[in-house]
Amino acid sequence: MHSNNQKTHKWWDRWPFLLTVLAFAMLLLAWDLLARFSGWSAQVFPGPIPVFISLGELITNGTLLKHTVASLFRITVGFYLAVLLGLPLGILLGRHKTFNALCNPIIQFLRPISPIAWIPLAMLWFGIGDQPAIFLIFLSSFFPLVVSTTISVNSINPVFFQVAANFNFTRLETITKIIIPAITPATITAFRISLSIAWLVVVAAEMIAVRSGLGYLILDSRNALQMDYVMAGMIVIGFIGLLLDFIMRRMGRIESTSWYRLEI
Amino acid sequence: MGHIIINSVSKEYRNRRKEIRKKNNCETPYKSTIPVLDNINLEINDGEMVCILGPSGCGKSTLLRIIAGFEQASSGSIIIDGACVEQPSSNNIFVFQDNGLLPWMTVWENVELGLRNMKDARSRAEKVAEQIEIVELEGFEYHYPHQLSGGMQRRTELARALAVNPNVTIMDEPFSGLDFMTHMKMREEVVNMHNFTGKTTLVVTHDIDDALIMGDRIVVMDGRPATVQLNLQLDFPRPRDFQKIPELNKLRKQIFLMQGVSYAV
Repeated sequence: MHSNNQKTHKWWDRWPFLLTVLAFAMLLLAWDLLARFSGWSAQVFPGPIPVFISLGELITNGTLLKHTVASLFRITVGFYLAVLLGLPLGILLGRHKTFNALCNPIIQFLRPISPIAWIPLAMLWFGIGDQPAIFLIFLSSFFPLVVSTTISVNSINPVFFQVAANFNFTRLETITKIIIPAITPATITAFRISLSIAWLVVVAAEMIAVRSGLGYLILDSRNALQMDYVMAGMIVIGFIGLLLDFIMRRMGRIESTSWYRLEI
Repeated sequence: MGHIIINSVSKEYRNRRKEIRKKNNCETPYKSTIPVLDNINLEINDGEMVCILGPSGCGKSTLLRIIAGFEQASSGSIIIDGACVEQPSSNNIFVFQDNGLLPWMTVWENVELGLRNMKDARSRAEKVAEQIEIVELEGFEYHYPHQLSGGMQRRTELARALAVNPNVTIMDEPFSGLDFMTHMKMREEVVNMHNFTGKTTLVVTHDIDDALIMGDRIVVMDGRPATVQLNLQLDFPRPRDFQKIPELNKLRKQIFLMQGVSYAV
């Protein structure tokens, strides 16, 4: 049997970061070659160089910042609303059997409806502006959060509730000292997943209801037949999505969840 | 304080296997309930250390859980110090088999659970520190349960239980899953604790030696549904030694035989 301690001297074992750089370099190269030799014009399929030049323009003239801030604002508000309403509802559903039997079918019915399908109604109800986009982001995060919270509350070891009863915990103490710490690790994972869904939806929502945001930037550039701007917008969307995921992953390492990671 | 009357307690569970039986065309008559405890009567005096012995799955844990108020008896009642037990209370602390510690709280926070309503922060901290000292866990105050060994986890739970100075301490298999030496040490610890507090202690165990070494009284439960088969006062002083008290060996043999094991150990 090979020992696990066996030292490997491959450069990628020492600098795994360089592998990421290499992968991206390969992607850029493939993109460049495709753009050059596909036969499509640079207007239809721009290569990486014009796209990055356009990206630089968008950064320097402030357009990009404006649209990014608009998108991030919407996702923040929509996501916070989903957390504020979804977590308590999930805890209630997880703890209260009757309430669960009452509400769960409705939630399970509404959940598979894509937030995109709500666009016509959202526009009709909230008009044009931030509200319909926020509403759609809210919808996209709300249901996954409710469902995952319910499941994680349901799966708390019943012994912990017996401990709570034994030490005369009040209802509030049971929530703050048992339920919330117990579901924190799973909830952070749920945040991560629903935030990435919300980021998918914000772009779609901004294509219809508003005149700002990264989704709007893409749509507007398409109308102006500027595919280099479209692609620059896509790159920024991907980059911010990565950043949001990174932040959520960092959150998963906070002190209050260390018991969970070390235990499992 | 700590006087318990177990008044003809019976317990039956609903049989949930109906559908499975249907599917398998099972012929034997179907019972809608499964009796677990049958008419248990016991009186436990204040300050007694009572060991409840019995094979696994005989219902001794169920009885404990009913005494603690986690479950309700199907019939009969539990009366502790003149009051009927209807729900769990911090007067009767239950020490769980394992995993009773809250994993997101440190040793300190776990021990503090029962004292959290003490107004004076300083005397509360003193009390917590005192309990941690009694179970010899100084230096581990800020460790999480998963960072402790099995024995240390049990000691933490013991400290948590004793911090509230309960009238009754209920222990469900407190030594299960511990290695032999830790088992012996924990047993000593529980006996010392009982000498120190003088409060009623109920210990469920399947280890005959544990019961004979620790108990002021041993109660043997067996059968389906379980009944009390033996309820015996042990008036030997502790610490007890099998070599010095021949009666203990005789009792051991007798209980072995009762449980259908021809004594050959």
